[in-house]
Parts: sequence; C-alpha cells; structure tokens
Amino acid sequence: MTEKTFDAEAHVSHMAEVMGLAIDPAWRPTVVANVATTARMAALVLSFPLSDDIEPAGTFEAGR
Amino acid sequence: MSLDPLNGTAAEIAELVRTRQISARDITRLAIQKISAMDEAVNSFTDVTAERALAEADIVDARVMAGEAPPLAGVPYAVKNLFDLEGVVTRAGSKINRDNPPAAHDSTLVTRIREAGGVCLGALNMGEYAYDFTGQNAHDGNCNNPHDLSRITGGSSSGSGAAVAAGLVAAALGSDTNGSIRVPASFCGTFGLKPTFGRLSRARTYPFTASLDHLGPLARSTADLALFFDVMQGDDPLDHHLAPKPTLDTAAALDLGVEGLRIAIAGGYFRNQGFAEADAAVDLVAKALNVSREVEIPEAARARAAAYVITNAESAALHLPRIVSRAGDFDPDTRDRFIAGTMVPAAWYVAAQRFRTWYRSAVNSLFADVDVILAPATPFTALKATQKTMMLKGEEVPARANIGIFTQPISFAGLPVAAVPVWLEGSRMPIAVQVIAAPWREDVALRVSKALEDAGVAKAPIAMISG
Repeated sequence: MTEKTFDAEAHVSHMAEVMGLAIDPAWRPTVVANVATTARMAALVLSFPLSDDIEPAGTFEAGR
Repeated sequence: MSLDPLNGTAAEIAELVRTRQISARDITRLAIQKISAMDEAVNSFTDVTAERALAEADIVDARVMAGEAPPLAGVPYAVKNLFDLEGVVTRAGSKINRDNPPAAHDSTLVTRIREAGGVCLGALNMGEYAYDFTGQNAHDGNCNNPHDLSRITGGSSSGSGAAVAAGLVAAALGSDTNGSIRVPASFCGTFGLKPTFGRLSRARTYPFTASLDHLGPLARSTADLALFFDVMQGDDPLDHHLAPKPTLDTAAALDLGVEGLRIAIAGGYFRNQGFAEADAAVDLVAKALNVSREVEIPEAARARAAAYVITNAESAALHLPRIVSRAGDFDPDTRDRFIAGTMVPAAWYVAAQRFRTWYRSAVNSLFADVDVILAPATPFTALKATQKTMMLKGEEVPARANIGIFTQPISFAGLPVAAVPVWLEGSRMPIAVQVIAAPWREDVALRVSKALEDAGVAKAPIAMISG
C-alpha cells in the first residue's frame, strides 16, 4: 500500500456502497481529500517495521 | 488581588468564601452578571445554569456556616458541553445530539467538584463532537478569542479556554484527545492540564475517541489547576478505562521548585519546522529554566500519523448511525472527515494501535534520564477566524486538522502535560509551551508550571474585551 497505488476516488465509491452512505456530490471532493490524507498517514505507520509480538495498545480487563 | 473578587483565582475566591468575606451566592451572582454582559461577544457558553449555580452556592454557604472548609468553596466554573450536567442536554457541539433527552446525572468529575464546593455556571461551546482544533462551530456559532475577538480560540475545548480567559469563570473543564485542552490554552492564554491517560474518570461524558480521550482543567493559575486536579482524582467503577493508580497531592508539591529536575527541550520534529513563534516560546521557557539540553522524542511524526488514523476510524465508527442517517445535520467542517473515517481499513487501524505500543515503550525509556520535556503547544498564536489553512512543510493544509501537530504525539503516549502560557515580546497574543512529564507525574509538570509562573515568565491575565 503506497500513496501511488492508493486510489482515493475508487476507495470512496466502493466504501460508500459497503457502508450504505449516500454522499452528496458537493461533499465528495472533501471526503476524497480526507480519505487520501488518512491513507498518507496510514502509509507512514505501515512503513514502520514492527516485530510480530507487539500487540495493539488497547487493553481489556476481564471482570472489571 | 483585584478589586472585583470574580477576577481572582479559584484559590483566592475559595479563601474569600471560606473566611466569609464574600458569600458563594454573591460571587455566583457576579459571575452570572458578567456572563450576561460579556458572553454575547465571546460566545463561550451554550447553556447558562444560573438556577443550579445559585442553589449550589447556597449549599456552599450553609456548609461554610456549619464550619466546613471546602477546597473549592464558591468557585465559579463551567464545563465543555460534552460533560453531562443533570437536566441539561449534552450536545457535544452537535445539532444532532440536541434531540437527546437531558442528562439524568452529573458526570463524575462534576459531582466531585460540587462536593468540593465548586459552583457550576453551565456548559461551554466546543467544536462539533470534539473533532476540531479551531473552536469554530456551525451550529452554536464560533467561539471568539477574548484577547482579540477576530481570532480563533482554538479547539475543541473552545468555550473552556475563552470563558477562563474572559474571566467569566475561574476555571473550566475540557477534554483533550489530540490537543483539545492544550490548543485553546495556548491561543487563549490560560494554564491547562492534560493529565496522564487513564487518570481521571470519563464517566458520563460524551466520547470522541475512546483510545485517546482525556479530561482536564483550564484555569488562570497553576495552583488552580492543582486544586481542581486533586479533587477530581480517584477510582470510579463507572469508568472501565480508569487506571488503578494512587492519587497525587499535587497542590502540596507545587512549591518544590525545579531544583534537581532534569529538563530538556524536545528537538527534531518539535523544533525549526518554520514556526518562529513556537520556537521562540520554547526558547523563552528554556532560558528561564536554564535549560539547553535537547532530547529527541522518537518517531513523533509517525506517532502523530497513527493518532490521526485511530481518531479518524474510532470516531467515525462511533458516529456511523448518524453519518448514515443524518449526514446533512453535521457541521460541514467535521462531516467530511467523519465520512472519510468510516472507510478506514481495519488493518490501518490495527497497525496504528500496534505502533502505539512500540511508541509508548520508546517514549517511556526517555524518562530514564530526563524528568521533563519542553515542546511547543501550537505552531503559532491564534489565527484570524477567516484563515482556514496553514503552511506545513511548504504545503498549504487545512488548519482545523493540523494545528495539533505538536500536541498529538504527546497525548498519543498518554503523557501528562501542563500547558503554560507565555507572551512573546511585542505580541498581543499568547502561545503556550507544553511541560511534559513522565506518566503519572502530573505533580512534576505542575511544579515546573508554577516555577515559570513565579518567575513571571508564564501568566494568564484576564482579557480586556473591547468591541
């Protein structure tokens, strides 16, 4: 997943269907721009090598 | 102390009420009058709970007459409108939530402040659903900076910063997910405390991003932050995120000074990004503390990116039913970000949460040989309300999403931070520096804040509002 191969327009079209969202055409350019920004942020995170034993930060304590 | 008792700090007001030099009822009436006279220009309140405040004040006066000495006796305060106040609809800056029934109970922190003698004047303006760094709100109107009404307050705890800076209340509660206490503290020139993640109960407040949400106070002195923080701590079975930690008596430690503390400036990401005011603010504080050493907070840019992804995905998932059914009722400035957040692949989100584990460990290890790290709170002083973009690394980007570039990497590690307001020479507007301490050491951050205040470097004067 890199910025070059990520197509924010296509992602928005597909995910709007998946999530059942009706996006007003007037909003769509900003939605696409925001998706592209999040994708850039995610690319930065995903490019950092992490050892497989590193678990997500969220914790759940049973019985609390 | 000022001739107008309402202009005093929370500590000063509580002392006047405890010693019966003024009644809680009278100070409450002064606050109601001032809100009525001045808040039309500032627009910091969305709900003024005058009746409630007077009833609380009468109880405080009765307690004082009975020989009690509540730590916050008669102190007027208000809360960001995502805190539940019994009988008030918790709007969380939105139009949609106004359809909800009024809150059945006070939030835990409000209950604790009431027990300590505080008097709640109402609920404060905020950016919609807290997804905001500007303080602008399409439904309730923009909150205006008391130091210059044509400028933004910062957000999302906009009303919290503005009401305190305008002297309408002595203190306010806000929330901070990525910087929403520290940014308005910086732009409005107040002190602010973002405690360690998991320190204060979030029960009965409207969430934004559960993985990152914090609550905390804003006030016009460090001692007032400590007063409020100390009474708000403690276990709460209603909050499953709360960490089981012993409480701190930060007020008792305030005057220990900075002697013996190892203090360093955050280098790298936090310096020389082209934000002259931010660099100058840190220089001013570093000089006052006689600090020149730099440390590098590792992977801060990536931490900010991971916080961004988590915030976007978690908050949008929370609001999904409303995004599906009532997208047109969102503030246009948050709507499209929330819609985008419903489309974040799970793998991106999980990667960001895994990175957070790595980052926490890397940041924690810094505190083996440093006690305090200094970093700017905002890139600049408050922007004009008409300015919607800012320059970041030579690129024009939306201000609303990017003002928190220096706060996000810090809260992502859950570290406690005192936002300390300074006034650069020749500038009419304040800017804050983040005084960052190790996890669970709010006392250390507040000690440094107090030392800077005592040295005259940091201050939070009440704004002179004209126009």
